[in-house]
Amino acid sequence: MSHVELQHISKNFPGVTALDDVSFDVKDGEFFVLLGPTGAGKTTTLRVIAGLEHQDAGSILFDGEAMDDLTPSDRDVALVFQQYSLYPTMSVFDNLAFPLRSPLRRKSAAEIRKKVEETAEKLRISHLLKRKTAHLSGGEMQRVSIGRAIVRSPRVFLMDEPLSNLDAKLREALRIELQHLQKTQGSTTLFVTHDQIEALTMADRIAVLNEGRIIQVGTPEDIYDRPASSFIAQLVGSPRINLYNARRENEVTSISDSNVLLPAPGGSKLPAEFMLGIRPENVKPDPNGKFTGQLVLAEPLGVETILHIQSGQRTLLSLVPGITSYHLGDVMKFNIAYEHIHYFGLNGDRLQP
Amino acid sequence: MATFEEIGPRIPVVEPIRVDKVHPRAKLGRSIRVIVTVIVTFIMIIPVLVMIMTAFKSRANIVTPPPKVFFKPTLEGFLYLFTDRSLFSPSNLEAARANPGDLNYWQKLALSVGQKINGPSDYVGRLKNSVIIAGTSTLLSVILGLFAAYAFSRFKVAGKDDLLFFILSTRMLPGVVVTIPLFLLYKQLGWNDTHIGMIILYTVFNLSFSVWLLKGFIDEIPVEYEEAALVDGYSRLQAFFKIVLPQAVNGIAATTVFCLIFAWNEYAFALMLTSEKARTAPPSIATMLGSGGLEWSAIAAGSLGFLIPVAIVTFALRDYLLRGVTFGAVRK
Amino acid sequence: MSTIELRQVEKKFGDLHAVKPLDLTIQDGEFIVLLGPSGCGKTTTLRMISGLETVSGGTIWLNGRNVTWLHPSERDIAFVFQFYALYPHLTAWRNIAFPLQAQGESRETVEKRVDEVVKLLQIEHVLKAHPGQLSGGDQQRVALARALVRRPAAFLMDEPLGALDADFRESMRSEIKRLHVLQHATTVYVTHDQIEAMAMGDRIVVMSEAAIQQIGTPAEVYNNPTNLFVARFIGSPGMNLITGRYADGIVQMAGLDNRYAVPQVWQSALRKSMNDGSEIVVGFRPEAAQINDGGKLAGKVYASEMQGSSAVLHLTINENEIIHIRTDRLIPYPIDTLVHFDINPQMVRFFNLKTEAAIKPEVTQ
Repeated sequence: MSHVELQHISKNFPGVTALDDVSFDVKDGEFFVLLGPTGAGKTTTLRVIAGLEHQDAGSILFDGEAMDDLTPSDRDVALVFQQYSLYPTMSVFDNLAFPLRSPLRRKSAAEIRKKVEETAEKLRISHLLKRKTAHLSGGEMQRVSIGRAIVRSPRVFLMDEPLSNLDAKLREALRIELQHLQKTQGSTTLFVTHDQIEALTMADRIAVLNEGRIIQVGTPEDIYDRPASSFIAQLVGSPRINLYNARRENEVTSISDSNVLLPAPGGSKLPAEFMLGIRPENVKPDPNGKFTGQLVLAEPLGVETILHIQSGQRTLLSLVPGITSYHLGDVMKFNIAYEHIHYFGLNGDRLQP
Repeated sequence: MATFEEIGPRIPVVEPIRVDKVHPRAKLGRSIRVIVTVIVTFIMIIPVLVMIMTAFKSRANIVTPPPKVFFKPTLEGFLYLFTDRSLFSPSNLEAARANPGDLNYWQKLALSVGQKINGPSDYVGRLKNSVIIAGTSTLLSVILGLFAAYAFSRFKVAGKDDLLFFILSTRMLPGVVVTIPLFLLYKQLGWNDTHIGMIILYTVFNLSFSVWLLKGFIDEIPVEYEEAALVDGYSRLQAFFKIVLPQAVNGIAATTVFCLIFAWNEYAFALMLTSEKARTAPPSIATMLGSGGLEWSAIAAGSLGFLIPVAIVTFALRDYLLRGVTFGAVRK
Repeated sequence: MSTIELRQVEKKFGDLHAVKPLDLTIQDGEFIVLLGPSGCGKTTTLRMISGLETVSGGTIWLNGRNVTWLHPSERDIAFVFQFYALYPHLTAWRNIAFPLQAQGESRETVEKRVDEVVKLLQIEHVLKAHPGQLSGGDQQRVALARALVRRPAAFLMDEPLGALDADFRESMRSEIKRLHVLQHATTVYVTHDQIEAMAMGDRIVVMSEAAIQQIGTPAEVYNNPTNLFVARFIGSPGMNLITGRYADGIVQMAGLDNRYAVPQVWQSALRKSMNDGSEIVVGFRPEAAQINDGGKLAGKVYASEMQGSSAVLHLTINENEIIHIRTDRLIPYPIDTLVHFDINPQMVRFFNLKTEAAIKPEVTQ
């Protein structure tokens, strides 16, 4: 497995800058996730690393060795696509054997058979080996795709939203499997997704990409607890963070159009106008709470319930454990965990009061 | 419980999007539709039936009004088509009839209408020409078209749209208009009445069609397949043969049939540019109409024999064809 | 508004049952969710209520009126499709006004009623735009407005959020629910997303394999699933289900020597359930397990997931079975660490493996 380094990668397509000075490194054996909305440049990054696209500027290194002039087949990476990558005219066995039969590798038939069978075992698809891929379910197909990637030991795994076309239950199951596989194999993995929950749950580290730029790199805890901008704060976390315009007068901050008044942290370091983010789990109903609002909606999800509490013109989301039975329209009191409030400037950058 | 299990049935029940009030009247409507379809099909097929029947009728049976539906089939038509014959003189005829001993079936048949077989007719050679010319040109147009279509589909070709339009524009002139210039050109090249000339002509003519059609099919094959192969350690050419080709089979089959039908049936160019050596079947069937007394059964037999190869190819490829011609509309 | 009643309604395609005979009564003003995986018959059921699909048997009653054989337009219902089905050549305003104009309402009435729903949905700014120029969410709002403007007796919605991306779906979900809270129109809502069903439904009808598995409030289907399918399908991750043999107050589970001491109230019911020789399944939600060094049960770490405000630990308890434990955010355990846990006795459930049905505790004494 390899250590992958991107140095100042830029890539333009006619009329658009797809990547703008992207640099990061994926450590040997790390599960690294590129997270960003559609069109952020995640897939382009992956394709540049694989050699399917060529960057306009910058360099890609595997273990310190420049890859820029090598063809995709010479880079020795494995790529798992969102869909469509199983060859429909071949059986599962032939699909798995395909990378091993490459003229670059020259393996004996017996060796190939052994490798394919081991891989199938690992992914629990041994019973499918003789099937044509057209007769597989979505989950089985994606498992075979992953199998085709791990059947040889490439220098790095590149995965392009491999779970996004699967239904929710299957996605959950494969997410766990993939993580387990990666950890036990110690493989260097670069995983692209737009789904924040996939990023948080699987990553050792996450790079958040937007409009072709890296805007934050960090562990899931860094990204969730200390988002570098209001954009990231909104991108990560479900239900979405409460984000409001706020103003400060002396030692008191207030959320605009609401009756929520909070002490300003760190005295007067905050500007007069800014944005304030409160994660829903930090809005806590409490009979002795400081704040009051009206319950306008409750969404029981099972393990927890989302309460929509209206205060003035604003609705705050609150996440409480279990299925609670509140009455809509009730006036309720709540508290806010001050220490977990996020502050952002009007331009979206994180403020450190 | 295994957490890896999938929820729900493997094969989703198709939930149709339609308003389906099945009314007794709807059933009646369906039977009427079936009846109408049968009638229309029958009307469409009458000329073909007449042709087939005529091919097996004796001369006498062909001309009797009203046309006979039931008759004793004979291979006379094929005899007239495939052989060159001459009339026995009355005395020789007597002698031959008296001692038919070692004559084969065809000679006996000829004898029964008072004729003697001198050898095979020109038509045999012309059918052979048709097979060579149509077959080779079809093969060439499909192979060349496949590579061109792949390039147009996958690579950034400078001026791609203009080129594609240019290729299509070669089909915009009616063939008749270019026949005379072609004739003069071929005369200069010494290509008149040669196989090579006709093969190149048909190839060029079909190529535009095959590029366009095949590009459509290749566009439908997601590029991810080849990229996966590239990453898996194959060259582009290897990926093309191992990945793209097997998936383009339907399109190739459809294109082959369309090209073959054109090259096989083509009449105007063949009439102008060939005379003896490379003359194909269509103009020679037509000339039969002109030469001497009309041998209707021979013409019918010729047309039938001419139709059969294309029918066989189309039938053999019908599964691919069905999937091919509905491309885009149905995706798995 | 109105009630909807389905009596022994079924749908067959040839010999195949798309919907097996089912009974369902929907109260006036209720928000009912039909939930199930694709192919379970939920959409067919909805389409039969709307009249877009005919029934193969049974009757449908709308507000006490038998509408089984009425044309969709005669049923006084509005249908909201997944792909909006807005007319692309008309502006948003004209799309909304369309059903009223079709009924031949006067100009003033049309303007007044369009105005009302536009205010309700806060889409004043999009009225002049054509559907193609709108975002997915705005298109769906316009589609909702078009449904609302007719003031139908009932709303039928077929995965109206299915085409939106995840974070937008969340906010549209609460918008539709808010709308329902304000209007209290009888609504039947189809989805395959259990989170959507839980968040929105007054009651949820869980369907699978063309039949109803359970009808209940979100709390009922979550806490007391009637069978293994519902237990697995509801919840994210679903209920932990471990197979074992019951004897003398103990369930012996496969794999690591896990012996679960069954709470008193369940014991006699389990004994009876074992009579048919079946194994039983112990079920508990991920939040019902507490990690505890002295815990009676144990599993090896397979993976751990940070999920934002909380975390989920996945443990293998034998070769095939993985269970999920919800915890506070924690330092991830290395793979294969042995973790001990207990199950909250209030939150444990049992199922018969053969029949897949939930076992009911026997309340004696």
